[in-house]
Amino acid sequence: MADTPKPEKTARINHIPPLMKGWMDTPVEIKPGIYCYGAKPKNTKAVGMPYPKEWNPTDDDWQLPENWKDIIDEGLRDRRDKYRSMKLFMDICVRCGACADKCHFFIGSGDPKNMPVLRAELFRSVYRKKFTLGGKIFGKFAGARDLDEDVLKEWWYYLYQCTECRRCSIFCPYGIDTAEVTILGRELTNLVGLNIDWIAGPVANCNRTGNHLGIQPHAYIDMLDFFVDEIEDITGLRMEPDINRKGAEILFVTPSGDVFADPGTFTAMGYLMLFHYLKSLGLDITWSTYASEGGNFGFFTSHEMAKRLNAKMYSEAERLGVKWILGGECGHMWRVINQYMDTFNGPPDFMEEPVSPITGTKFKNANATKLVHIVEFTADLMKHNKLKLDKSRNDHLKVTFHDSCNTARAMGFLEEPRYVLNNVCNNFYEMPPNTIREQTFCCGSGSGLNAGENMEVRMRGGLPRANAVKYVHEKFGVNMLSCICAIDRAVLPNSMDYWVPGVDVCGLHELVANALVFEGEKKRTLDLRAEYLPGMEDEEDV
Amino acid sequence: MNFIISILFSGIAVSVIVLIPWICIGAIDGAFMRSLFGIIIPYAAIATFLIGIVVRVISWSRSPVPFRIPTTAGQEWSFPWIKSNPIDNPKGMGGVILRMIFEVLLFRSLFRNTRLEYLNDENGPKINYEWEKWLWLAALAFHYSFLVIFLRHFRFFLDPIPGFVHVLESLDGFMQLGIIPFNGFGMPGVYITDGLLLAAVTYLFVRRIYIHQVRYISLPADYFPLFIILGLGLTGVLMRYAIRVDITAVKELSISLFQFSPKVPDGIGVIFFIHLFLLCVLIAYFPFSKLMHMAGIFLSPTRNMANNNRFKRHVNPWNYPVKFHTYAAYEDEFREKMIEAGIPVDKGVEATSESGKKE
Repeated sequence: MADTPKPEKTARINHIPPLMKGWMDTPVEIKPGIYCYGAKPKNTKAVGMPYPKEWNPTDDDWQLPENWKDIIDEGLRDRRDKYRSMKLFMDICVRCGACADKCHFFIGSGDPKNMPVLRAELFRSVYRKKFTLGGKIFGKFAGARDLDEDVLKEWWYYLYQCTECRRCSIFCPYGIDTAEVTILGRELTNLVGLNIDWIAGPVANCNRTGNHLGIQPHAYIDMLDFFVDEIEDITGLRMEPDINRKGAEILFVTPSGDVFADPGTFTAMGYLMLFHYLKSLGLDITWSTYASEGGNFGFFTSHEMAKRLNAKMYSEAERLGVKWILGGECGHMWRVINQYMDTFNGPPDFMEEPVSPITGTKFKNANATKLVHIVEFTADLMKHNKLKLDKSRNDHLKVTFHDSCNTARAMGFLEEPRYVLNNVCNNFYEMPPNTIREQTFCCGSGSGLNAGENMEVRMRGGLPRANAVKYVHEKFGVNMLSCICAIDRAVLPNSMDYWVPGVDVCGLHELVANALVFEGEKKRTLDLRAEYLPGMEDEEDV
Repeated sequence: MNFIISILFSGIAVSVIVLIPWICIGAIDGAFMRSLFGIIIPYAAIATFLIGIVVRVISWSRSPVPFRIPTTAGQEWSFPWIKSNPIDNPKGMGGVILRMIFEVLLFRSLFRNTRLEYLNDENGPKINYEWEKWLWLAALAFHYSFLVIFLRHFRFFLDPIPGFVHVLESLDGFMQLGIIPFNGFGMPGVYITDGLLLAAVTYLFVRRIYIHQVRYISLPADYFPLFIILGLGLTGVLMRYAIRVDITAVKELSISLFQFSPKVPDGIGVIFFIHLFLLCVLIAYFPFSKLMHMAGIFLSPTRNMANNNRFKRHVNPWNYPVKFHTYAAYEDEFREKMIEAGIPVDKGVEATSESGKKE
């Protein structure tokens, strides 16, 4: 694994591309710390993906199938005829450059091929050569080039340096969406057996065990039991989560990352506590081990794989006979739910219009998919004063909020999390306007790029977000970065430690559970992290 | 390939395009040349323009939009007590139309533009997003000047001259009275849009060289239309203010073209043919180039769709069933462990031994 350079070194970034040497004449150089390992054959085989093989991206020979050019050609034609986005986005870019300095990977790396426009041009150049008259006649002068192995390698290298965050698309005067280019481009690389293991592994796991991390059902129970014990230590109350229970009213689906590792686990504990709190008020909810993944690494593989993995949610809802589904805090999970799920695997006619059993609120905006976001569910509870909350329990935290790319730009889920946040903490500070809401910056590790071997590029991509956090850290003393995404929770601690030491990361429902006042709980001296609550430092921990 | 070669390539191409009518009319001349540049090429160019655009738009439309993928730039519609942003995050057709109007007429997305400023000193990196509306401003100036100039040209296509042309001319040319003490020196009134267009095109060209990132991404295909439009503007301005041509004859030609009884009157100067040829090249090139953004913006799925997928079904016309790992298969693999852990199962222990036997 490549050593990650020190922040001082990483921060030396030159944003000025070469003057005299054009990008087409600059061949790709596959650098350690930037690229992810190639997919292992056992993982690609497990889900029937083509050309499984043991390969290393730094090798000269990528062991491509003999007819790889035909496969790509066919794949391009197929997608051109299936996706208007692709056809249109190949044709109408004017290269105005508005997107150029909006990408977190370009800002953090200075690599000109990380400018969204150029990432797309890597593709367009081949597209022009294949499909346009000008490209065929004028070649390079029309910005067209042939597809050869070097070009394919270049595609692969830069397609897996895009997190599909869509920030560039907000600034594009035509709405050209680099995520579409990356998604379809990655589909093509998959056709010839080029994927990364950090995506292929979770996909294979999710297919078999129901979640990315490969947690088997009994182990999943063990993990929840562990949380139950932890919560009992803190509150004196014992949670009793239901698993795979038929006849429940609501199915709860959340990213498995949150049951697996800190600090996501504290959010998972928060869910358990909220559900327990609401039980006496009429909440009838079950977890599932089969649909134990909200996220969808299939979405980073191909539309088809996304659909295959996503299908489990409705399938499980039908088997258990629930009325609707509650979804946990996650970014790309909600991109898939909001923009793809019903089209992929709907309509879920066996369910009903989601209604909160506690407040009676009808979630009209989730009428078709029957999936409610837990943050809107909780916001509704708060609006109706159904939760007894003690905000001061979060007074040791100065909180800022990181909008996840997908909930911000593929949904517009901006106010609900802030409403919840303002209800559970007294110290909430926004980061600068160009870095939040629809202009939010990616964590730097989304879309399946949260591996270990590419830590350098992750830290580079995480720089713009971290820099905005640094601003509020220095100005207001912010020490907690809250978010509603499991990948954020898994990766932002790294980039905080790297760029802004002293800032922790949490999910919203961790803060909710801290503030939640239970009937019959013991005197709360600790927060969910088993750290002292404000003013409780002298208390004996019993 | 670098920016110098790109500029040279496009510059030479446009020079050749200027030279062709110059030589053919100015040096060779004759009835054939005048018909070629006055009638045949304009007709061919207009036909290419119209057919080309239609073909391209139809081709785009034939590829379906399988998923509803708007980029949302504001709060979605949710609870009644949360204020939504119906323009940047439209819930239905009305919002989409508004969003598109803002996008097409006011370049709303471009208005968001910022400029990266990266500082790195002993305190570590510091990133600023600076005010940058020049591109937006230049783009607006360019497109609207072009539109006004195009509409003003109706004085040459229609007889009598329609009223809106007079209105435009008087608005555009309010400097006609001259600015004291420079009372025009016998020059015709100056149109603001003439200057604006040339200034905007020049800015768009200069920024392509001046801004490092834009220089790196620019192709000959980016310089070429700028040069053509610059040439078009310059020849137009020259004709109006310096090298006068016989306007009556020009109008006679253009009206005859639109009446499909084309006739090239005598006495039209060569500069008009250069102007006309540049226009012909521009519109014939249009459907094959990035200039198609004019039509494409209307079809862009990230902008022209409502964010309502959670409550309104969107159908993918080529949707197909996929095989996924079913619960039954999952339970078969993990049944014993599930039972042991107290997780409810569908089939019971007997099934475990059965499925065990099958293997």
